[in-house]
Amino acid sequence: MKFRVVHYINQFYAGKGGEETADFRPDSIDGAVGPGKEFDRVFQTLGSETRVVGTVVCGDGFFGENMETARAECLKRVEAFKPDILIAGPAFNAGRYGVACGDVCATVSEKLGIPVVTAMYPENPGVEIYFKKSYIIPATDSARGMRPAIESMAKLALKLAAKEAMGTAREEGYLHRGVRRNFFKPKNGAERAVDMVLARLRGQEFTTEYEMPVFKRIPPAAPVKDLRDATIALVTSGGIVPFGNPDRIRVSSAETYGTYDISALNDLVPENYESIHGGYDRQWSNVDPDVVVPLDVMRELEREGVFKKLHPILYTTTGTGTAVSHAERFGQEIGEQLKKAGVSAAILTST
Amino acid sequence: MKLELHKVRVKDVRWGDRTRVENGVLYVDKQAALASVDGDSRFARVDLDLARPGEKVRIIPVKDVVEPRVKIDGGKGYFPGFCAPMGTVGEGATLALVGAAVVTCGPIVAFQEGFIDMSGPGANYTPFSETNNIVLVVEPAANLDMHAYEAALREAGLKLGVYLAQTCVGTRADEVEVFEKGPAAQEGAKYPDLPKVLYVCMSITQGLLHDTYVYGTDLKPSMPTLLHPNEILDGAMVSGNCVSACDKNTTLHHLHNPVVRALYARHGKEVNFLGVVPTVESTVLDGKLRAAAMNLTLARELGADAVIVSEEGYGNPDTDLCLNAKYLENAGIVTVVISDEAAGTDGASQGLADATPELVSFISTGNVNEMIEVPAMDRVIGDEKAIAMLSGGAEESLRPDGSMLVELQAVIGSTSELGFSRIGCEWI
Repeated sequence: MKFRVVHYINQFYAGKGGEETADFRPDSIDGAVGPGKEFDRVFQTLGSETRVVGTVVCGDGFFGENMETARAECLKRVEAFKPDILIAGPAFNAGRYGVACGDVCATVSEKLGIPVVTAMYPENPGVEIYFKKSYIIPATDSARGMRPAIESMAKLALKLAAKEAMGTAREEGYLHRGVRRNFFKPKNGAERAVDMVLARLRGQEFTTEYEMPVFKRIPPAAPVKDLRDATIALVTSGGIVPFGNPDRIRVSSAETYGTYDISALNDLVPENYESIHGGYDRQWSNVDPDVVVPLDVMRELEREGVFKKLHPILYTTTGTGTAVSHAERFGQEIGEQLKKAGVSAAILTST
Repeated sequence: MKLELHKVRVKDVRWGDRTRVENGVLYVDKQAALASVDGDSRFARVDLDLARPGEKVRIIPVKDVVEPRVKIDGGKGYFPGFCAPMGTVGEGATLALVGAAVVTCGPIVAFQEGFIDMSGPGANYTPFSETNNIVLVVEPAANLDMHAYEAALREAGLKLGVYLAQTCVGTRADEVEVFEKGPAAQEGAKYPDLPKVLYVCMSITQGLLHDTYVYGTDLKPSMPTLLHPNEILDGAMVSGNCVSACDKNTTLHHLHNPVVRALYARHGKEVNFLGVVPTVESTVLDGKLRAAAMNLTLARELGADAVIVSEEGYGNPDTDLCLNAKYLENAGIVTVVISDEAAGTDGASQGLADATPELVSFISTGNVNEMIEVPAMDRVIGDEKAIAMLSGGAEESLRPDGSMLVELQAVIGSTSELGFSRIGCEWI
């Protein structure tokens, strides 16, 4: 297979000078320059006729200070070479270069839809910003690791361009892009668990198959000072919706929530509301939806003046199998709307 | 305790005039098999169907899967409290029709059941595409409460399994597998240098049709309890679960619990397998804290050096998983957990609903939300429209041509947290 490769590098690797020329404006050069020549050699060694057809250069300073211009200009120049693959760097631990490489990769991937590969030191700030948008090969912190980085980049680029099945980050040697995917492994989970137990007991190395996520800590709001003056909202993940589920909220793994005006209602009954939740026996909540969204009791307390007013809108979704990222978005959006409406407190009912 | 598992291998299933196994073929006398479960006033209609590996058949919605078994020495029937008198199991001899399975199917509770494809890409994800399935399709009597329907179907599946095995008693076993292990204290004296490993089997015990049965009783109000591994392998645990299909432990899963088998295989060689603790997943925080504390007490009292914890379900049980890991690791006990992940359809979300830094050794059994596409099948047993109501399905899942685009979680047993299959998540 023969692919056209465009290589993005900075002014230093293009031989245009060092820090003093960091303001070097985007430029194009036909064929390979500097590390690009090493790429050509590796492609040849791998038995591929793939070659670097063009090099796009930009000064690190210019890129960092004129990001939008640099991005657009580099994209135009990359596109002009009609590439099948874009490679950038390696950037090692050069922060501005890493960001430029990551940005060019992300932009080209998004706009041209071709495979992109860069390489940098795992602690390069470019990794943190662009790891979800580009394949990044981990490199050493300095140019000493040029050759192995280029070999890994070239192999990965060819694999991507040939649309071969891509393996795991661990196997293929790239920094993961924050995505989990299912694979069939040589041993079943139980055997792997026993292997891991023994490795740990023997003090051998082991690799957990999932590193614990770090949860954001949300500081709780200050307590309501005077309940008699409070507006209270009802929010539920219990799947209580107007009968017929008008917004087609999913029974599990919900990706949406509904907002329903309950200002005219005093009681949830099977004629007006139902549960669509896919995670529990709905028998009793369909006989009386108030057991999940206690509208009847809230109206009583409202009448008694225990609190001032029930917020007219009910927020509802189904909380089963719901991805944390969706749940987080629901929370942020609902919280913002409640705040805007002057709601003092919310009662969240789950199931 | 010594258990002989007399395995009769079943490679095909067909209707026959007499229920028997001949040359690896299980012949089922349909009328007699139906009679073994019929006459229950809770059912309006009962029917049986067959599905073999490789056929273009989809079974939906599936509740439980049961291996046909019966005691042939040291007891009667099977599953004490259901189809056998109450008493300890795990000793004597058991006849098992390995490679056959009773699959219970029907519009059970309208949610949280799963499907089985006997061929095609969906078949790769479920162990029940490889079994010769006798499918029990039932319709409940009018106005039957859901929980009564669940109980009736659970019991009927077990009964049919026992009937099939009972009728085949006398068939020569293809293999006799022996599970033998003395009491924990005795084994400790025998293997003083081997690390002692306990297995904590978290089970869904949340009510509202999310329940597990041990020796015929609902585990929910129980404290964590210690069992000999043989008891697990011989019918002490039964699924009563209507939870998301991918990671519910069906009754067949319990009978073949792969953690029990893996630890047993290394018992006396690399580990000293202490036993199994079926433990609860409570719906309230105090219940979760209590169970984790009790599990720690059991582990400490038995002198465990390491514990394997398997989860059932996802969401709030992730908290039980974290608490178990936290308590055990803080007590200096090496803890490895087995769990699946709910990382979203794009795989980019956090996989667990809870986290704790002590949980450092995690075995992943896959992302339940990953989308899979399955083609139409020639025949559907049950109701294909049920996919709209299943976890992992949606109204748009079933396309007009009969193919489906669904989350993996709709496939029964696909991400079993007992580590039954080889699937697991990796970063890409």
